[in-house]
Amino acid sequence: MTQDTVAPVKQGPTMGITAGQLPRFASLIVAAFALVAGLLLGTLLGAGMFGTVLLSWLFFVIALPLWSRVVEGRRKAADRSVQALVWSIFVLAMAPLVSLIFTVVSKGGPVVTPDFLQRDMSGFAELGQGGGIYHAIMGTIMVTAIAAIIAIPIGVLTAIYLVEYGAGKRLASTITFLVDVMTGIPSIVAGLFAVSLFMLLTGNPLPRLGLGGGVALSLLMIPTVVRSVEEMLKLVPDDLREASYALGVPKWRTITKVVLPTSVAGIVTGITLSVARVAGETAPLLLICGVAREANWNPFEGSVQTLPVFIYGSLSSTADAKYGDIWLDRVWGAALVLIVIVMALNLIARIIGNVFAPKTGR
Amino acid sequence: MAKSIEVRDLNIYYGDFLAVQDVNVHIKAKSVTAFIGPSGCGKSTVLRSLNRMHEVIPGARVSGEVVVDGQSLYAPAVDPVAVRRQIGMVFQRPNPFPTMSIYENVLAGNRLNARRMKKSEADDIVERSLKGANLWTEVKDRLDKPGMGLSGGQQQRLCIARAIAVEPEVLLMDEPCSALDPISTAAVEDLIHELKSDYTIVIVTHNMQQAARVSDETGFFNLKAVGEPGHLVEFNPTAKIFSNPDNEATEAYVSGRFG
Repeated sequence: MTQDTVAPVKQGPTMGITAGQLPRFASLIVAAFALVAGLLLGTLLGAGMFGTVLLSWLFFVIALPLWSRVVEGRRKAADRSVQALVWSIFVLAMAPLVSLIFTVVSKGGPVVTPDFLQRDMSGFAELGQGGGIYHAIMGTIMVTAIAAIIAIPIGVLTAIYLVEYGAGKRLASTITFLVDVMTGIPSIVAGLFAVSLFMLLTGNPLPRLGLGGGVALSLLMIPTVVRSVEEMLKLVPDDLREASYALGVPKWRTITKVVLPTSVAGIVTGITLSVARVAGETAPLLLICGVAREANWNPFEGSVQTLPVFIYGSLSSTADAKYGDIWLDRVWGAALVLIVIVMALNLIARIIGNVFAPKTGR
Repeated sequence: MAKSIEVRDLNIYYGDFLAVQDVNVHIKAKSVTAFIGPSGCGKSTVLRSLNRMHEVIPGARVSGEVVVDGQSLYAPAVDPVAVRRQIGMVFQRPNPFPTMSIYENVLAGNRLNARRMKKSEADDIVERSLKGANLWTEVKDRLDKPGMGLSGGQQQRLCIARAIAVEPEVLLMDEPCSALDPISTAAVEDLIHELKSDYTIVIVTHNMQQAARVSDETGFFNLKAVGEPGHLVEFNPTAKIFSNPDNEATEAYVSGRFG
């Protein structure tokens, strides 16, 4: 027998690249199991619905990582437990939003009829006959439009100064600081400012006019417009500015023809979102616009009704023994219309953002 | 139309920091002049000071003179915007305007300066500039498509077309090929050869073969020491720089024995 000189060939896999795996729908299986366990334990302990859900969740968050730990190892178990936590928190965050929209739509939906949108609160509306929110819709749109007309030029031009002209200057850092301070102004204070401003201008001890509401809202709008436009302008690469300067284009033309068109999508989105943000303001409008029963298209004189103020005012009438239910309907209807307006503005912002975005068009 | 450039005792500062010291150079009209040297030695800074583009950076200033066609660019009455209309620039990274089509990009220099022109005149400028930049045949069927949709090399040639569309006296190129592949680089180099007959060209490059291929004269920049300002070590005809330079440091650099 001769000595075997060939080295023995190693058998089997040498690299540990395989690991146990849970079935594909492991989390669903555990969830179903957790629900059953939670129900059993909940009824056993006599816990209510909230307790049952909590028990099921607890069971799920513990059982899934444990199972994974046994089959898949530590790393995957940690991954699964963090995933479970992140999903739970996401659901927790979404719950109020979904419930809010569901409530408003289900309660306000039947109220919003063409009639409700076309009539105002004049005549016998106070006594529960007919009545609508036309005057409030129109007032909200008018006051918000005035605010936008005041705030957009000021905000956009301030942002252009800050980014294009003021970089590194003391004036620019002062303005940035003041804009930050303005962001924190409570909305009621903006309303008080508008009231005192128009007291001085009109001499009326209790001024009520749509223009004042626009001024108050524009105070709240300007800082958000400045901030968002500033961020968008900063995103425009300096390469483009240099390319334009190198062609002998003056600075102001570079800004209007190169910088602004390049960032217009973001600017429009930012402005629309800030409009949506102030459209729902109540406190300053209550002070300066007052309440009205009829549409008032004159922004320079007389009270103007707006949706948030209408909601506030109607809510205080819901305790009325005879007409309370009608007022409650009006609250939900107006709330739904307000949400729809704000959502429509958001949607418009997104569409505009997509339309204006620079295209590569390969 | 091409002009020569005379640089005298040029010092360039960023704030208090002296970036480039004592540059004296005569750049001939209708020729290609290359600036070579290690990173951070001030080649691009000098180039940008030739059309006052360095002023875009806050705190940048110069002392000394840059004379084009008998006029000092840094005289008090000179408008930097007018200077840049005469002295065009192409940058390291292609930077077509993203909101504009190919056609509009070429016309940007005219349109942004609000020059009114007839459609036929505009078409002429676009065709002539794109042909000048060797891009016409590739894009003539899609002039209305966005400039950003072109490849990197095409974008760079679009930027060159944009620069020559305003018919400058001088064309400055700041490492125009460093982001391009060899084929696009060859296209741009051919273009530089052709443009030489009409324009004075100054090019900054890290690629010494490129300097040897395209330029008539070459300037070698270097730092005196780390933290010291950059300066012009040697300025000579390209053939001499690459075969028999006057300065030892130049020879070390062009032969790859630098440091």
